Amino acid sequence: MREVAIVAFAQTRHTLTDTGLSEPELLLPVLDEVRERTGLRRFGFTCSGSCDYLAGAPFSFVSALDALGAWPPISESHVEMDAAWALYEAWVRLQHGDVDTALVYGFGKSTLGDLRSIATLQLDPYYLAPLGLDQLSLAGLQAAALGAPQAELDEIVRRSRTDGLANPHAPDLPLEGDAPPVTDGAAAVVLAAGEAARELCARPAYLTGLAHRIEPHYLGMRDLARSASAADAARAAGVGKGHVDVAELHACFAHEELILRRALDLPPETVVNPSGGPLAANPVMATGLIRLGEAARRIHDGDATRVVGHAAGGPCLQHNLVAVMEAGHG
Amino acid sequence: MGERCAVIGVGQTRYTTKRQDVSMPGLVREAALAALEDAGLTFKDIDAVVIGKAPDLFEGVMMPEAFLADALGAAGKPMMRVHTAGSVGGSTALVGASLIQAGVHERVLVVAYEKQSESNATWALSTHLPFNASLVVGAGGYFAPHIREYIRRSGAPEHIGTLVAVKDRLNALKNPYAHLRIPGINRQMVESTPMLWEPIRYLETCPSSDGACAMVLAAETKVTGTPAWVHGAAMRSEPIFRAGRDTVNPQGGKDCAADVYAQAGVSDPRRDLDVAEVYVPFSWYEPMWLENLGFAAEGEGWKLTESGATALDGDIPWNASGGVLSSNPIGASGLIRFAEAAQQVRGQAGEHQVDGARLALGHAYGGGAQFFAMWIVGGRKP
Repeated sequence: MREVAIVAFAQTRHTLTDTGLSEPELLLPVLDEVRERTGLRRFGFTCSGSCDYLAGAPFSFVSALDALGAWPPISESHVEMDAAWALYEAWVRLQHGDVDTALVYGFGKSTLGDLRSIATLQLDPYYLAPLGLDQLSLAGLQAAALGAPQAELDEIVRRSRTDGLANPHAPDLPLEGDAPPVTDGAAAVVLAAGEAARELCARPAYLTGLAHRIEPHYLGMRDLARSASAADAARAAGVGKGHVDVAELHACFAHEELILRRALDLPPETVVNPSGGPLAANPVMATGLIRLGEAARRIHDGDATRVVGHAAGGPCLQHNLVAVMEAGHG
Repeated sequence: MGERCAVIGVGQTRYTTKRQDVSMPGLVREAALAALEDAGLTFKDIDAVVIGKAPDLFEGVMMPEAFLADALGAAGKPMMRVHTAGSVGGSTALVGASLIQAGVHERVLVVAYEKQSESNATWALSTHLPFNASLVVGAGGYFAPHIREYIRRSGAPEHIGTLVAVKDRLNALKNPYAHLRIPGINRQMVESTPMLWEPIRYLETCPSSDGACAMVLAAETKVTGTPAWVHGAAMRSEPIFRAGRDTVNPQGGKDCAADVYAQAGVSDPRRDLDVAEVYVPFSWYEPMWLENLGFAAEGEGWKLTESGATALDGDIPWNASGGVLSSNPIGASGLIRFAEAAQQVRGQAGEHQVDGARLALGHAYGGGAQFFAMWIVGGRKP
């Protein structure tokens, strides 16, 4: 595989209320930041992740091209998934060898609707959605299946929210609670391959492993206390092949962090979600990409040499993506 | 372009207004199983699944790949969901091919579908983003002014749209999967239908269809049967609201075509290609895209249509399958173009086979004529 690294990452200051900015307005400063940091105005490939249902209208990604100023026309694609999967598509594209840089972004304004109920519409429309299970009910089922002590779960929330207070991009939240905030936000990442990575960044975060796996949709088909797909993705990405300084996990609930720590087989010394994680800021469709960006940032800043970023999709961690990034691999 | 990639299996459902005999998982699985059977494989042989469809509002299920994973045998595998507006079917094929060209996977199942009977597409297209004005027009209302501008610029006579509507429906009579199979279709029949969006009459527009299409893509070492090799693949996007863009003859389409032609060694598409499956949802888009894709000089596309060059027995048949005008499960329509191009060079297009087709173009566009996906496939290894 061709060496590809995250060379720049930027995110909005995520908000708990609608600030009146449109999605392109939310996105523009973030795109400007990664363009300024890399000095690039054009990219070999561009890919984004967003969800029409957050805006309640088709083609939420179309107006983002205006923020991008995609002129002359660009080579571009979009996934209706968390933008971590847009990063995956861009990483695949860079493997072809004919282009060296890629821009990836994700955005979502989840404060505009009732996110908990909207997520219900992701369930099987014939058998599950009519039951009206919302996001919190699904999380409750999974938490019950795991059966972790409440004190342990509370401590994860407290730790995440405390870290979130130190994160300038996360809103201030109380240290108690059990659900992720409903947040608006956007994030962007620049990927570069080979020589371009070294030219664009002093300490590129090289993607040495990147894999994702999906599981059956129906909750009854899965052991909810475990995440087989996260474990498979982690093995394929080679998480266990070295130490892990920092892991940024797409754990929206405390019990998900416990399930994912076990699935990824993270050593006890690994620092999990030093940014505060999704419990501190959860701009849906960008949250997973932010995990990869936050993990990469530890390498950019010289605080870590080997990190893990994780993204999830679907009800109760149905779909998991794992990225391993290393410093100085080049 | 990376590693070589080939289509080794194609599967389609029949296209119709309402497939009430199957659920959405049933629909996509039907196409997937047909593609696997064509390739002589089973779900076990597949490394990854890529699924595409147009806006989720068309069925009312948010990010439906999650619930379709089981039916597509994706459990335990990577699965991607592509959405690039009307071009999504084409983009889905390109994302699948990219996984092979990158050397990441050896066999990829790509599937695209729409079950439009679950909702109302024109309604779904007419809602708008917060803070934006709604056009409340659907696709026909959006594209009609662009067609009128094309007619003004080119001076094309008004019967050109009718000719395309008849030609594509005559082709559809030879395609067992086609939705609109209208015996005795002729100009008079088209011209007697109501005007929907001046100058688009009822029979000059695409139907709303339920249906799915699937392909099995393989790396060179895994090629079996009769392959269609990918000779070129390209995507282009441009902003919808850029003041200076030409929505009648978009730069993105020209650039995408130039890219894919360069990869495939095509210098004159009319001469070098044997058949083209091009996204023509409204009749007039045939002459418009003939020019945009370089098959005719600017202002001359309608003359090619009028001369019969794009008919099944013409020198460069366009939409031998009947095209989008005859079958339109929106999210799948682009993938059907790509798959029909592959079937032509595999010599497996059945009654609408273009004799001796060696090199074919698959094309899709979407959004406000701003997203483009194209590939060129050939029977010969590139």
